[in-house]
Amino acid sequence: MSITDIENEIVEEFEIFGQDWEAKYEHLIDLGKSLPVIKEERKTEDKLIKGCQSRVWLDSEKKNDKIFFTADSDAIITKGMVALMIRVLNGQGAKDIIESKLEFINKIGLKEHLSPTRANGLVSMINRMKMDALTLSK
Amino acid sequence: MITQKSEHIKLDTELIRKDFPILNRSINNFPLIYFDNGATTQKPNQVIEAITNYYSNTNSNIHRGVHTLSREATEAFEVARKTIASHFKIKNEQQLIFTSGTTDSLNIISAGLSRSVLKNGDEIILSSYEHHSNILTWQLWAGENNGKLKIIPLKNDHSLDYEALEKLITPKTKIIAITHVSNTLGLVTDLTQIKAIAKKHNLIIVVDGAQSAPHMEVDLTELDVDFFVCSAHKIYGPTGTGILYMSEKWLRALPTTKPGGGTIKTVSFEKTEYAEGALRFEAGTPNIEGVIGFAAAINYLNRWGMKIIHEYELGLVNYAQYKLSEIPEVIVYGQSTNKAAVISFNVKDVHPFDVGTLLDKYGIAVRTGHHCTQPLMAILCVPGTVRISFAIYNTKTEIDFFIEKLKKVISMLK
Ligand SMILES: Cc1ncc(COP(=O)(O)O)c(C=O)c1O
Repeated sequence: MSITDIENEIVEEFEIFGQDWEAKYEHLIDLGKSLPVIKEERKTEDKLIKGCQSRVWLDSEKKNDKIFFTADSDAIITKGMVALMIRVLNGQGAKDIIESKLEFINKIGLKEHLSPTRANGLVSMINRMKMDALTLSK
Repeated sequence: MITQKSEHIKLDTELIRKDFPILNRSINNFPLIYFDNGATTQKPNQVIEAITNYYSNTNSNIHRGVHTLSREATEAFEVARKTIASHFKIKNEQQLIFTSGTTDSLNIISAGLSRSVLKNGDEIILSSYEHHSNILTWQLWAGENNGKLKIIPLKNDHSLDYEALEKLITPKTKIIAITHVSNTLGLVTDLTQIKAIAKKHNLIIVVDGAQSAPHMEVDLTELDVDFFVCSAHKIYGPTGTGILYMSEKWLRALPTTKPGGGTIKTVSFEKTEYAEGALRFEAGTPNIEGVIGFAAAINYLNRWGMKIIHEYELGLVNYAQYKLSEIPEVIVYGQSTNKAAVISFNVKDVHPFDVGTLLDKYGIAVRTGHHCTQPLMAILCVPGTVRISFAIYNTKTEIDFFIEKLKKVISMLK
């Protein structure tokens, strides 16, 4: 599936929550819980995205010209957001990842998590995903 | 001189809340509950109007012009100094210097002391719960001068280990720089004990009052320390304004390290004669409307007086702490009852960021993170805490709502 297809799928899934933000956040928390954790020994300094209240670790690799991510966070809501990003970008080509706009976040009403003042490291994580994709594609 | 009424009126939060326009806001369709007063308090109409009124009617630079506006602005500024000096029971209002805030004041003090008292290899004592503002400026000096920072440890209940303090002191120790109330734990430092030890060893005492001045009576004559600093914005006043109190001795002795317009008597290219008193430290055009707004805030508080405010807020803290203790998943840091209006806690196995994010959804503003006390976080072995801090407009009803939603948040996160 293309990035846009997955984004649309997520938007559709989130439609059932409507205005019920509590249900939406409960879902986000469940997503966070279901995201596989990175093994402690792999949570090294170079994988840590710094400068945030909640810490985010990102590990990227290339298999058959596709980019794959593993990520973790110590805050569960952040981790839920991380899970969504990974679902959208995992296994895609570098060029598509770099050019992705990730507008689904706005459409599912979670745009506030990308505001630079949120201090949750998501903006930095997306930037890092794109940077890693670029580096790995070379 | 503005005298304080001895007869105080009863503290009626319902009426008080009407003075704070921002409390009418709703956040995410809930009425705003503002529990982040430790970061900054909201401002009453009396302060907002004092600032608007200054700009609409009096705005002019001070201490300079012969014209009417300049005279009026200077007068308003100096009346503000008297008002604030009298609030803090400062005998000579020249001992009250206006700065841009606590951080600025601490930097002026450390710069001055490092050019006078401090010698290579000297030692400065700080507490385990200092705000970064009261660490960095001393650390900077220490790094360049073989200096050493010595830290008063915490006891098991997170209060300071005063017995350990005396053991830290050596002939090289010159200063003890300490916060009056911990901005993270809310614990009140026992300045009587600190003073007794400091006087015995002839140490200079610098008190960071950023979190005490908003919540309790501070009588600087009685306190009798070398320096005391605080920020207006945490006391219902505007941002960018603070005070630096110094003893008569330091008012004369502290070297000028931040010179500029306003601080002088005469200047030639060869030599400058500096002004006396507060002006020597107030370089450049000060935050005039900030100082005037600050005085308005002080007058507002003195309708009730700090004793009544302290009692009221203590009631809120004890109530909230009791309610929090009923939630098994909650860990409160700094269990002592000798607290100002601040409580830090965590939910077991939950990141404070998640708690803060969800509480915000219910319109409740709390602080999460390290609260500019990273060394303390390391001592407590936590990435951060959730902090609630109260002001005169907060109520038990708000605390009840907060507790109800906190329980809900915990059930969502567990
Ligand atoms: C104890 C303490 N010291 C210093 C500061 C710094 O104050 P300001 O940022 O107003 O200079 C604060 C404010 O966060 C504080 O709580």
